Amino acid sequence: MIKDLITRWPVIKQILNRADGTGVEAMTEHTLHMRPKNDGADVAHSVCPYCAVGCGQLVFHKGNKLISIEGNPASPLSRGRLCPKGSASYELTTHSKRLTKVRYRRPHGSDWEDLDLETAMDMIADRLWESRNKNFVEEQDGQSLMQNKTVAHLGGATLDNEENYLIKKLFTAGLGMVCISNQARI
Amino acid sequence: MPGLGTTYGRGGATTAPSDVVNSDVILIMGSNMAENHPVGFQWVIEAKEKHGAHLIHVDPRFSRTSAVANTWVSLRAGSDILFLGGLINYILQNNLDFREYVVHYTNASVIIPETFKDSEDLGGLFSGWDPQEKQYDNTSWLYQGVKADEGSSDHHDNAQSGGHSQHGIDSSTDLSTYEQDLTLQHPRCVYQIMKRHFARYTPEMVERYCGVSKEAFLNVAKIYTSASGPDKTGAICYALGWTQHSSGVQMIRCAAMIQLLLGNMGRPGGGILALRGHASIQGSTDIPTLFDSLPGYLSMPKFGYSSKDLASFIKANKPRTGFWNNFDKYIISMLKAFYGDSATKENDYGFNWLPRVTGDHSHQAYWLDMMDGKMDGLFVIGQNPAVAGPNSGMERRALGKLKWLVVREMVETETATFWRDSPEVQSGELKPALLGTEVFLMPAAGHVEKDGTFTNTQRLLQWREKAIDPPGDARSENWFIYHLWERIIVKAKLDPRPRNQGLLALRMDYTIKGERREPEAEEILQEINGWTVADHKQLTTFAELKADGTTACGCWIYCGVYPESGRNRGNERDPKDEYGHGWGWAWPLDRRVIYNRASAKPDGTPWSERKKLVWWDEAAKKWTGKDVPDFTATKPPTYVPPPGAEGDAALAGDKPYILHADGMGWLWVPVGLNDGPLPTHYEPLESPIRNPMYSTQQVNPAGLNRARPGNEYAKSPDARFPYVLTTYRLTEHHTAGGMSRTLSHLAELQPELFCEISMELAAQLKITHGEWVTLVTARGAIEAHALSTSRMKPLTIDGKTVYQVGLPFHWGYNGLVKGDIGNDLIAISEEPNVRIMETKGLLCNVLVGRREDNAAKLKEYHSIMEGQTA
Repeated sequence: MIKDLITRWPVIKQILNRADGTGVEAMTEHTLHMRPKNDGADVAHSVCPYCAVGCGQLVFHKGNKLISIEGNPASPLSRGRLCPKGSASYELTTHSKRLTKVRYRRPHGSDWEDLDLETAMDMIADRLWESRNKNFVEEQDGQSLMQNKTVAHLGGATLDNEENYLIKKLFTAGLGMVCISNQARI
Repeated sequence: MPGLGTTYGRGGATTAPSDVVNSDVILIMGSNMAENHPVGFQWVIEAKEKHGAHLIHVDPRFSRTSAVANTWVSLRAGSDILFLGGLINYILQNNLDFREYVVHYTNASVIIPETFKDSEDLGGLFSGWDPQEKQYDNTSWLYQGVKADEGSSDHHDNAQSGGHSQHGIDSSTDLSTYEQDLTLQHPRCVYQIMKRHFARYTPEMVERYCGVSKEAFLNVAKIYTSASGPDKTGAICYALGWTQHSSGVQMIRCAAMIQLLLGNMGRPGGGILALRGHASIQGSTDIPTLFDSLPGYLSMPKFGYSSKDLASFIKANKPRTGFWNNFDKYIISMLKAFYGDSATKENDYGFNWLPRVTGDHSHQAYWLDMMDGKMDGLFVIGQNPAVAGPNSGMERRALGKLKWLVVREMVETETATFWRDSPEVQSGELKPALLGTEVFLMPAAGHVEKDGTFTNTQRLLQWREKAIDPPGDARSENWFIYHLWERIIVKAKLDPRPRNQGLLALRMDYTIKGERREPEAEEILQEINGWTVADHKQLTTFAELKADGTTACGCWIYCGVYPESGRNRGNERDPKDEYGHGWGWAWPLDRRVIYNRASAKPDGTPWSERKKLVWWDEAAKKWTGKDVPDFTATKPPTYVPPPGAEGDAALAGDKPYILHADGMGWLWVPVGLNDGPLPTHYEPLESPIRNPMYSTQQVNPAGLNRARPGNEYAKSPDARFPYVLTTYRLTEHHTAGGMSRTLSHLAELQPELFCEISMELAAQLKITHGEWVTLVTARGAIEAHALSTSRMKPLTIDGKTVYQVGLPFHWGYNGLVKGDIGNDLIAISEEPNVRIMETKGLLCNVLVGRREDNAAKLKEYHSIMEGQTA
């Protein structure tokens, strides 16, 4: 019993194993059994959302919880590196100021109010439809115009291609909106 | 986009950051790559340290990029065309062009008709200028011998509009029928016209007006032009430092021309790296949420003759020769992807359901309409115009005139809370009770909370796998659009008017997953890739697209990213070679260095062993090499098109620029640009000097300054605003800060707004380092800490000292760290081709003390400005 306790002492292990104190012999039982936070986590392959270099990210997650975001060493673009912004993308996803509920400000209001997501969607659809009904122009000089200029869109170059595609498809090809813009006026 | 698009045929970076390891010289200009693309910059460092490449940085500010450059040159912001024109002149005067490349692969030899008059002869205007309409008719810029279409009276209405879809197509003229002089001696060949056009861009002019000493300029010229010829290549990297100017497209054109003259395009270590600042900014023009183009750089139909029906639209956009001869296949397949079975031959595949463009509907144009109370609603999806828009103060005031505003974001941005927190409300100028805008702030999903692709700066599509669900009511944009459509379609079904036919026809039959009813993103990518209509088989290449309605394809340039059921090439992560094939998928068809046919000599053999990339394998009778050939694989270098051939078959085997009707790189742009066939120097909209090149043409004549009360300009020069202001980004923040000022680490690393001024200016104004100063322009005033530093150098311009001020623009009134809004200083203005504002060169004054200390003076500025435009 006592022998067992003594031999677990790192300095004794070091002497007995003739080790230099930089390996496992220097660990306590506690540290020996510590595991990295990513241990056993699932990993998703992702891409940094900031600039356009497109650095590879490994997104570790478990049970619908994000554990960490690391640079992906396999990426031939970034070779595992992330800059300060890319390294902050874990916080970008998890920080306490993330919006999780719809915020609604009524006309002339002085503060936010809560609004149910489905109700908000209904209200937005109603307003979009009302403006379209009032301002849509089907023809001009006998030629097809099919245009609405009173509702606009300002998009983001951080959206996915699939998202931009649906936006263009619904807003332009479906609703005839022409005031469509994003940052990529380059 | 049009800078590269018109010169080469495609509006995208021509190579990848990692390819600069093959460069002998790297020129970074209009970019601070080390700080804004730090991980991409590792390749520049590797090129320099492992391969001995010479790095040149030309920029008004000394930054971390300059710190590791072999050569750094400071120049006056906005004088870039003088500098680059100087390089072109140096190449031409000293016969340093890569002659064999230039003769075979560019339009240097093509003869321009006598009717063309150069800006050098017309005081700064090219021939064809219409002073009433303030636009060019490009007829005199066309090649001698081309036949203009006599059938249509307004055949130029598409070409003349410019914009994001401009890659130089104008089917009304057949650019394949040119006359040329391969000796480049004809006085009206492009080469000789260029030689005359740039003759005044001498080292002396550069010294006098850019503020770069003759020696420093000649040193750069000598080093950069050494990267040319069979055995050497050089790369040029640029970013917003070129783009955000009133002549930005023509700055990029200069670089594109230099790369053609030196034979650096389509070759390893050559090319132009357009460094994009958002994760999918390339994707956002490829699949454009922009008013003037459709997916794959098809132009939006413009109201008028050329868009009266599909046949006219195709006629106007389908040249006889070159790859754009397939235009009909691309547009009809896109309409089939949009409208599905409802798109039939009989109804022109729903072409008339697409809205027509009737003018300028860009961000800045419609924002002025908003300011004038003409807009009802606005969707802001992933942007923060209250602090990111030019003349942000005006943009915020315009938001208050909307009936409703939808903001989709991860955090409470300044745009969402303008009615409560903006400086105008804080100062009492605006009262929330009087602002009638109804605001919906909707929580959005982040990048790990949804599946989808980004297209990065090198045209590479990379798929992101969803890791976790978005929190609470946060949703993807796919969800938002789909669920909005579900609601709208119910209303449309009750209203059978023609306006709703397209809406009702819209295909939205995606698989809807889970409790939250999320559309399957992978199916959207499959649609973007395209399939056969009859049996829904994925297409492997755009060569399979048809003009008869049997294929559907959302974006033809992305065809091949999802080539078979279950194979998403954006999600493949097994790099096989130095070009990274196997990791993601680059458009078009996984070609990593585009125009790579030019990496071989006209006869198909590599220019040199050291610079081989793609070559003709005579035994196998096909093109082969380290990259996917950007050329018809079996077309031999000796191929001569038979008379009457069309499309790609009409281009000879030694014509690498296959998107162009003549297969050549365009030193001269006959169609597609709104401000001239050649770049020429105009001063920024606000400048400390008069234009030294043209006394009667101060600024780009085709641009718009949108001057009006609230968007005033300083005079050029202007004693009230003696200093040049240029804005920039920091490593630790992202654009206007919506994705960075909310994060603790980044906020702590860069907590406060500052401006950089030279030690000399600080001494002159008695400003102590760190002290508060107020920066004032004709639009607004902001306060910042003064950072007096030797990184900023006073320049001597035309005998006078010019001081430049550097200003990061990341701050606002929300987030963990707050500060004044840099973009309040910027004017709403429009470059004539892409409608971007000028942020990189304008005029300001620097007042000692905070805004409130300067209240009296600022009031004076304000009333003078008001009086000026009243």
